[in-house]
Parts: sequence; structure tokens; C-alpha cells
Amino acid sequence: MATKQTLDIDYTKYNFRDADTSYEYKFDKGLTREVVEHISRIKKEPDWMLQFRLRSYEHFTKRPLPAWGGNLNTLKFDDMLYYASPTEKKSRSWDDVPEYIKQTFDKLGIPEAEKKFLGGVGAQYESEVVYHSLRDDLAKKGVIFTDTDTALREYPELFKKYFSTVIPPEDNKFAALNSAVWSGGSFIYIPEGVSVDVPLQAYFRINIQNMGQFERTLIIADKNSRIHYIEGCTAPIYSTDSLHSAVVEIIAKPGAHVRYTTIQNWSNDVYNLVTKRAYAYANATVEWVDGNLGSKLTMKYPSIYLLGQGAKGEILSVAFAGKGQHQDAGGKVVHLAPYTTSRITSKSVSKDGGRTTYRGLLHVAKGAKGVKSSVRCDALLLDEYSRTDTYPYNEINEDDATTSHEATVGKIGEDQLFYLMSRGLSEQDALSMIVMGFMEPFIKELPMEYAIELNRLIQLEMAGSVG
Amino acid sequence: MPKTLEIKDLHVSIESKQILKGVNLKVAQGEIHAVMGPNGSGKSTLANTLMGHPKYKVDSGDILVNGESIVGLPPDQRAKKGLFLAFQYPLEISGVPLAQFLRSAYRSVKGEGQQKTETKGVGGEMISALAFKKKLEEKLKEVDLDPSFTKRYLNEGFSGGEKKRAEILQMAILQPAIAIMDETDSGLDIDAVRRVAEVVSRMAGPEMGVLIITHYQRILDYIKPQFVHIMVDGRIFQSGGPELARVLEEKGYEWTEQQTTSTAN
Ligand SMILES: Nc1ncnc2c1ncn2[C@@H]1O[C@H](COP(=O)(O)OP(=O)(O)OP(=O)(O)O)[C@@H](O)[C@H]1O
Ligand SMILES: [Mg+2]
Repeated sequence: MATKQTLDIDYTKYNFRDADTSYEYKFDKGLTREVVEHISRIKKEPDWMLQFRLRSYEHFTKRPLPAWGGNLNTLKFDDMLYYASPTEKKSRSWDDVPEYIKQTFDKLGIPEAEKKFLGGVGAQYESEVVYHSLRDDLAKKGVIFTDTDTALREYPELFKKYFSTVIPPEDNKFAALNSAVWSGGSFIYIPEGVSVDVPLQAYFRINIQNMGQFERTLIIADKNSRIHYIEGCTAPIYSTDSLHSAVVEIIAKPGAHVRYTTIQNWSNDVYNLVTKRAYAYANATVEWVDGNLGSKLTMKYPSIYLLGQGAKGEILSVAFAGKGQHQDAGGKVVHLAPYTTSRITSKSVSKDGGRTTYRGLLHVAKGAKGVKSSVRCDALLLDEYSRTDTYPYNEINEDDATTSHEATVGKIGEDQLFYLMSRGLSEQDALSMIVMGFMEPFIKELPMEYAIELNRLIQLEMAGSVG
Repeated sequence: MPKTLEIKDLHVSIESKQILKGVNLKVAQGEIHAVMGPNGSGKSTLANTLMGHPKYKVDSGDILVNGESIVGLPPDQRAKKGLFLAFQYPLEISGVPLAQFLRSAYRSVKGEGQQKTETKGVGGEMISALAFKKKLEEKLKEVDLDPSFTKRYLNEGFSGGEKKRAEILQMAILQPAIAIMDETDSGLDIDAVRRVAEVVSRMAGPEMGVLIITHYQRILDYIKPQFVHIMVDGRIFQSGGPELARVLEEKGYEWTEQQTTSTAN
């Protein structure tokens, strides 16, 4: 069943593939019970995980596609690859990482990023994590930062206690798919009272044509701990559709503070269907900072369940939809305890016929007194071919909840452009500046190098929007 | 050779409504010209047309900078040729910090980007982040804006007067050859008018030509124009020295109306 394959060389930035990429394991396309069993066998997993995968697979086959959101008709599950592994063993140090993978990382600028402020690097190359490092002092404090497969082997109890407790396979069709075939992702445990003051980060890439990527991330922040996790992403461009369907679970114990930052820039043929959910216990804070560029269709609604009194949730997202792209994104907050607060801020930009959708849920349960929540979504349309829609759902079951919802749709005014251009900025620079300014509430939350990277990506997206 | 801005028999329309009906005017570096005139006479139309606002259509006539026509050039090209417009109603740009904007504008106007590939420092326009910061602090003081404004978003939430000061700050940073100021004094308090006038006068020295549009004598007391022009109904109705502004102040625009009707007859 394993095959070897050589891919063409194409070294343009953001659109490169590796030469001589021989993959240890690669399956035929399509998903069957056998494929699921095989994945589990290769990974030498305990039986409970095999049973979990099979249960998920059964649910996946029965569950219809969602009737809402983006157009999934062109998504062909049978054309996808469900597992591939570039190297059999995981490497611990940079020296052990194969040269061709290093070259790819060089193009993504990872070593530089690492030098600066990394607590640890988890770089996902196809489905397996090939490189992981963790600063010694973090390890000494008992922080676990490893890939999810390793975590299953090395921390079986901790793993089993929390895995899939936030997002069960039955949650939705794509969560079921991920649960059946998941591979890679990050596993993080922060012990009680430990504060990780540098962001932990991981990079993800898809590098084989038609390969689905199903990483699974689980973060457990114990009482009064603190952590910021960053996931950056750049995918090469392929001619046929590929699928990315991740599951991210966060558990923030009482008093914990978790921030999860993502910037994704998928190539324009990727379906990006991600389930992200966090549990926030008493006085815990969870923040999703979520940037979506690229992809053919993204459906992603990071959610936060506020389970204990005084818990706080914040979702900050930006989406950029260019030609042929649909960003269906938003956020969900479920207030299940009194005196919980939440804020959702969504910013979207559409150009060249791109489409953005804000889809949000705000739920205040009976008994959740003194809830405060605000939702703000701003859309910017760069031309008349582009489109934006807003679908906010509110279920407020307590009278004393303070909620606000604001939505704006804007266009770039001729006078604004004239003003900036009168100061010497070219039309393109002026447009980029206005778009960056529009996204500023998001960008200012990013670490410096990510802000610069996003700036560059947006400039690339804006290139050619004039004339 | 001083740089010049020359307006020749300029006819301009907006949405096929003719506004400017043959304007002639020449401003050179070092000269200060004031343009006065009743509301709706076309002063802002002139200013916006000079800077290249896409809404304003030049039907005939010409605009020359240093003898070369700039009609058809986009606003950024005009800025690079040394033109600057202090807006009557400055726009708000959300999320763009003033300092960051000024540095981008400075780079664009001074062509720092192009110089990078050539030998550094040749044009003498390259400026380090530190030097720029110093320059900015100095200019902020001159227009009496608190340094905290550099972090604020461009004009967002600025008071009317603060916006006008920020326009002069931009002018002081970009150091244009010819500055057009559209009612910069409207909305400024008495002290601010004086301060702004001082900055402009100092820059005007030999370095900058000024075309200042105003309704009030006060700013002219400080800036001291050599030339005053009165615009009525899309034309320069009369030009003269500083005394013309005082005549206007005394007699009002009704005087010009009487004059126009008498000349029309
Ligand atoms: N964008 C526009 N669309 C339609 N009409 C316009 C536009 N801009 C200017 N006008 C018209 O052109 C005429 C001249 O306007 P302009 O703003 O140039 O006057 P002004 O001399 O600057 O007046 P003020 O002293 O009030 O600032 C006015 O009748 C105005 O209504
Ligand atoms: Mg005006």
C-alpha cells in the first residue's frame, strides 16, 4: 500500500514543492474502514484509540454534509489521501531533520523565527511532526509540548483523560473525519501555576497533492497557568482540491489564561474545515486570535464554552477573501455560568469577487446571571463584485444579560484614497494601508514577526488590485 | 531656479457642472499668495484639481509644475513633484498610526525606495528611524501637538483644530516646494492660528511657495502674503497686494458682486 513518489520542482515562494520527496507511507486515495485500521496499526496505537477511530469513521459515513455554510459540492472525499509520513522516526534536534525539509523550512523562515523567541518548535510536515524542541527550563517546569502521536504513547493517562472531551466525533461531520484519521498536531500541558512567557509555536504545511491534513491539537492549561500558542501556516499551491480538517481542543482550568493565535494562508484549492473549541472554567480566560487568508473555502468558528463563574472569552478574527474564495468564519460563545464575559471581533476583506461570511452564535443559558457580551463585525468590500454576509444568532435566556451587536459594511472611499495619494503613496500602497488599518485591531495582537509576515501577505494579496 | 506652479486658463467641471471658468495664477517658491472668495466660488475645487482629485475634470487649460504639465498625473506623482495640499476637511484613516503614515509618506515623496538600489546616501534623503523620530518630535512641538498623537490613528477622533494642526505637521515633514492650504485657519483657536502661521512663514522663506485659501484677515496678519487674489464664480476676479484683503474685510463680498454686475453690463 505504501508508494514512493517524486514531485516536480517549483521553488517559487508560497508555491514550492520539494524534489526527491520519498514518502515512507502513503495510501491509495479515499477513505475506508481498512485505511483507518491501517493508520492505527502503523502508529502502533492502543486498542481504545483504534475503537475511537472506527466509531468516528462510522459516524462520518452516516453524517450528511452541513446544509449551511459554503459550497461543499466540489469536495470529493474519495480523491483525498488520508495519511502520509515523510520520515519514519521523529527528530529531536535540528541536526536530525532531513536536509530537504530544512530547505522547505528555510523558505518559510522558521529557523530565524526560532532564534528569536521560541519556547519550542513543532513543525508539521505532512502528517507527522518531524522536529520538536522545547526549551529546557520549560521541560523542567513540567511543561509538555510534543506532537499528539507521541503524547498518546508517552502520556497515555493524561491523554486519555482529556482527548476528545471538548469535541466529540459526533459534533460534526468534519470533526468525525478528523477523529477517524487524525495524525500529528500539538499536545501541550502546562502544570498548575506555570506561566510560559514566550509563545509556543508550530508551523504546518501540506506538501503532497491531494493530501488531506488532519492534525489534532490538545491544550490543557492547569489551574492559574498561562500560555500563548501560535500556529502559522503557508501551503503551496496545487491544481486539484485538497482538504484540511483540523480539530483543536483547549481546556483552561480555573484561573488559567490561554491564547491561541493562528494565521493560515492556504493555497487557493484547499478546503479548510476546522473545529476549534475551548472550555473555560472559573475565572479562566481563553482568547482565539484567528487569521484566515487563502483557501478555496474556509469554514471555521472558534468557540468558547464559559463553564465557571467569572470566565472570559475573546474571539478576534480576520478573513481575507480574494478571487474564487469563500471565508465562512466567525465565532461561538456559550455562557453557561454567571458573571462570564465575552467579546467577538470580526474583520473581513473581500476583493475580486471574493466572499466573506460572518456566522456567529451567542448563547446565554438560563441561570447565567450578569453576563456581558459584545459582538462587532466589520466588513470591507474592495469592489462591487465581492460579497459579504452576516449571520448572527443570539439565544439569550437571562434578562439581565448585557449584550451588544454592531455590524458595518464599508467600501474604500475615493476621498480617502485621494488623501493618502496626495501624500505620495501609490494607489496600491494607499489601498494596502487602508486595508492594514482596517485589520489593525487584529494585527496589533500579533507578535511582531507575525505582524510583519501578515503585512507582507496582505501586500501580496493586494498586488494587482490596481489598474 | 525656483520651482513654480502655473495655472493657465483652467476650466474644471464636476459631474459635467462647470465650476472653474478660466483661472490664471502663478506661484513660485518663496512667494505667498492668498486666495479669498465667497462660499462656493471654487476655491476648494481649484485646490483639489491642482492635487489631482479624480472627481474634478480639467476641460481645458493647463497646470504646470516647473514648466511641465501635470494634468493627467495621479496625486502621488504630483506629491513627488513637490505639491502639497492641506485639506479643508482632512480624512480619517482608521488603524493607521500617524507616525507610521508620516514615515511611509516621507519615504514615498523623497523616493527612499528607489535610492535603496542605488548608492546609498547620494540624494541625502535617506533618514534613519531615529533621525526621523527626532524630526517628528521637533515638528510636533512647532504645531503644538502632544507626542502621543504619533501613536493615534490618522485624524481619527482628532478635534477640528487638531486635524488642521496635523495637516501642517504633515506639510512640515514632507517639505513641499509648493503648499496649497485650504482654509487651514478655519477651526483653529487664536493661538494656534499664530503658531501655524509661524511654521508656514518660516518654511516659506526661500524654500516653499504658498497658496493659502482663507476667509479671514487674521492668518494673513501673520503670514503676510505678497499677493492676494479674489475668486468669484470660478474666476480670479481681482488680484493685488495685501491691501486687497483689508478692502475685502471692510467692504465684504457684496462689493465684488457690485463690481461683477457693473463689468458684466
Ligand atoms: N463633489 C462635488 N459634487 C458636486 N458639486 C460640487 C462638488 N464639489 C464642489 N461642488 C460645487 O462646486 C462649487 C464650488 O465649490 P468649492 O468647494 O470649490 O467652493 P469653495 O470656494 O471652496 O467654498 P467654501 O468657501 O465654502 O469652502 C459649489 O457650488 C459646490 O457645491
Ligand atoms: Mg472650500
